[in-house]
Amino acid sequence: MSRILKYRELLLVAIIVVLIAVFSYRAPGFASPESLANIFNDTSILMILALGQMAVILTRSIDLSVAANLSFTGMAIAMMNAAFPQIPLPLLIAVAMSIGALLGAINGFMVWKIGIPSIVATLGTLTIYRGMAFVLSGGAWVNQTQMTPSFLNTPRMSVLGLPLLGWMAILVIAIISLVFTRTVFGRALYATGGNPTAALYAGIDVGRTRFFAFVLSGALAGLCGYLWVSRYAVAYVDIAAGFELDTVAACVIGGISTLGGIGSVGGAILGALFLGVIKNALPVINISPFWQMAISGFVIIVAVLFNARQEKRKGRLILRDAVKHQPALTETPAEGAAA
Amino acid sequence: MSVVQAVPESQTPLLEMRGISKSFPGVKALDQVDVTLHPGTVTALIGENGAGKSTLVKILTGIYQPDGGEIVVSGAPVHFANAEAAIRSGITAIHQETVLFDELSVAENIFLGHAPRNRLGLVNWGAMNARAAALLTSIDAPISPYTRLKDLSIAHRHLVAIARALSVEARVVIMDEPTAALSYKEVEDLFQIIERLKRQGKAILFISHKFEEVYQIADRFVVFRDGRSIGAGMLSQTGQDEIVRMMVGRSVEHVFPKVDVAIGSTVLNVSGYSHPTEFNEVSFDLRRGEILGLYGLVGAGRSEFCQALFGITRPSAGTIELEGRRIDIRSPADAIAAGIVYVPEERGRHGAVLQMPIFQNMSMATLGSTTRVGFLHQAEEFALARRYAERLDLRAAALSVPVGTLSGGNQQKVVIGKWLATRPKVIILDEPTKGIDIGSKAAVHAFMSELAGEGLSVIMVSSELPEILGMSDRVLVMREGRMAGMWQRDGLDAEVLVRAATGNM
Ligand SMILES: Nc1ncnc2c1ncn2[C@@H]1O[C@H](COP(=O)(O)OP(=O)(O)OP(=O)(O)O)[C@@H](O)[C@H]1O
Ligand SMILES: [Mg+2]
Repeated sequence: MSRILKYRELLLVAIIVVLIAVFSYRAPGFASPESLANIFNDTSILMILALGQMAVILTRSIDLSVAANLSFTGMAIAMMNAAFPQIPLPLLIAVAMSIGALLGAINGFMVWKIGIPSIVATLGTLTIYRGMAFVLSGGAWVNQTQMTPSFLNTPRMSVLGLPLLGWMAILVIAIISLVFTRTVFGRALYATGGNPTAALYAGIDVGRTRFFAFVLSGALAGLCGYLWVSRYAVAYVDIAAGFELDTVAACVIGGISTLGGIGSVGGAILGALFLGVIKNALPVINISPFWQMAISGFVIIVAVLFNARQEKRKGRLILRDAVKHQPALTETPAEGAAA
Repeated sequence: MSVVQAVPESQTPLLEMRGISKSFPGVKALDQVDVTLHPGTVTALIGENGAGKSTLVKILTGIYQPDGGEIVVSGAPVHFANAEAAIRSGITAIHQETVLFDELSVAENIFLGHAPRNRLGLVNWGAMNARAAALLTSIDAPISPYTRLKDLSIAHRHLVAIARALSVEARVVIMDEPTAALSYKEVEDLFQIIERLKRQGKAILFISHKFEEVYQIADRFVVFRDGRSIGAGMLSQTGQDEIVRMMVGRSVEHVFPKVDVAIGSTVLNVSGYSHPTEFNEVSFDLRRGEILGLYGLVGAGRSEFCQALFGITRPSAGTIELEGRRIDIRSPADAIAAGIVYVPEERGRHGAVLQMPIFQNMSMATLGSTTRVGFLHQAEEFALARRYAERLDLRAAALSVPVGTLSGGNQQKVVIGKWLATRPKVIILDEPTKGIDIGSKAAVHAFMSELAGEGLSVIMVSSELPEILGMSDRVLVMREGRMAGMWQRDGLDAEVLVRAATGNM
């Protein structure tokens, strides 16, 4: 596992470096430290969301509601800040993460206890959470003038050349890599996606692991709700519309297998950074946003193809397929005894 | 070292593999091996776990491409770019890890990829189901072609795999450990099928770790060691000791290392355990240091009973007492916490996470004990894995490679090691030596004796009579989901057990 991943991560790093080199040839200054710090800062939210998405994908599920969750929590926090400016910022952030976690728990609950496939459950909550944001705000915007300066400016404060927003992403990345590689929960994520039946036999509660993956994804979406609103200094119902697909794309480009159980934090981060570089570069070299989308889409397909080819080259056809084709979670008792 | 005996010249080979090599990252799985198959002949391929047997099968069936060497069929060199090309050349195989589809019907599984078509080019369902039924009847499999595969027991799935292999018009039939999941009755049926194929002039390659079977069914043998062909010849002229020596490079005495240990007080009491469809009224006591053999035909409900004991399924009636206390097991996590563990029979499906490294698989059931202040302790995980890998003679390039890259037998050792590491009170081993070579088998048996000596209680499900007779303190026989009798070690008699299992009292 680790060997192909290392290889793929190096490759992604190389591609990103080449891209930056090419872009800076067309647009001098693109590769300057300030510009690079700016791209990193600009990609922070995507990186954080991608890590939540990664947790969910590792367990063979998907969370399509992250952006809607972000929109609702962002709106809730912005309105709270406008109505009660005296609430301290750390408390507000804690509230945002709690609301996000709660929304994530609703997804997780449906998948765990009701047994709804995650793609269906989160497609439903995607609409519901945005609807809730509309109901909450009555369709109104929360503007810059209504928010407190500390709410707006804290993430922009620059420390050592990088705004706090970027530092926040670094902190989240550090914590999440520790959790994924060094805790029982992290191991359970990989085992649950890798072979749910074997995980069950080893005493890992597959359903509960999935549930907490959704809670984690929701909590990070809540955090991003605050970061997004403060960064763009406005909250309205449609913020981050469609952004859930970017988080999935970052994971796929980064080598997180959509079949579960495979992938690294480094991969997801590089996938997000890759998208970030393209997003930031194309306007600089005067390419229209429509081309941006087409290029991003093209890259995703290439990444998936690359994934498939690499798995083929490993020559593990039989074993791999044997794993893929058995999504059964619990054992249906065999009819053997009746024979 | 190389022992090559004369092969009767009268037969021209049907298939020849010459100088075949195949490497994987870090392993040379096959190094210039030669194998020849003759029409109307069963050739046994023998070798330790990881010797390269399955790799050869995958090359012959077009799943892997060899790095070097040539394959000649009826005198003409061939190249198999994919599995379909091999089938077109008349080569079919039952693989060690059977690839079947849970959600499809038995008939669909048998004919997937070569279903009969009607004039419009659509699948001819009537013909497909009829042909599937005929095939299943011809191998005496009591299975309906319409059943979903997921509703079948392991043994019946295996029969479907056999039917699938026979559904193509083949001249060469390869069987990679076809008997591993079968009890002696199904093995007898399979051997009749093989005899029939032989009479039809097909060349058969038969892989098994069980020497009794090899001597019973095969004519010729080829021995692999560490990816090289070491010897070949006629079985009628070669003794088992000689073959074992070629295989492992030394002689192995396969006696069952049963150590007499003092049997202590009752640890587990199961009474009236029942399930609506799988088993009924199973009751017994298990004592400290005891090995209880659970014998029966495949499909007698032994695995199903053990799964209920482990919390995978829920019983409809009955109670369990562990060390005198009533316990209620609702999930495997409960069972593990109480000190009961289960090493499942289908280790690929239930046992290993194939893309995870070996050491992570080995520590999966003991994560609590390798955790320091909430964080996993990698060095400790490695130490644990190394300990059990050595005990079980695991052959792997490194402990950090994915389990999926190991040979079938070595994957099993990983799963067994994982459970032994939990140090439970009661360990249930379902077919503990299935697919494991002769040397490692002795290691597993020695380990079992040692565990019993330390006061653990063992329930051993096995379809292998010698294993049951050699290792058990007591034997419980199950037939059609019910207890058919219980025998003490000193009163054990093979015939009595078989009669109890089949119901011909
Ligand atoms: N896809 C793979 N990637 C890497 N190594 C592999 C792969 N497949 C097999 N190997 C290695 O090749 C060697 C031979 O494996 P093979 O499965 O052919 O053994 P085998 O003789 O069938 O053993 P068993 O009796 O355990 O089934 C082993 O060392 C195994 O680890
Ligand atoms: Mg094999």
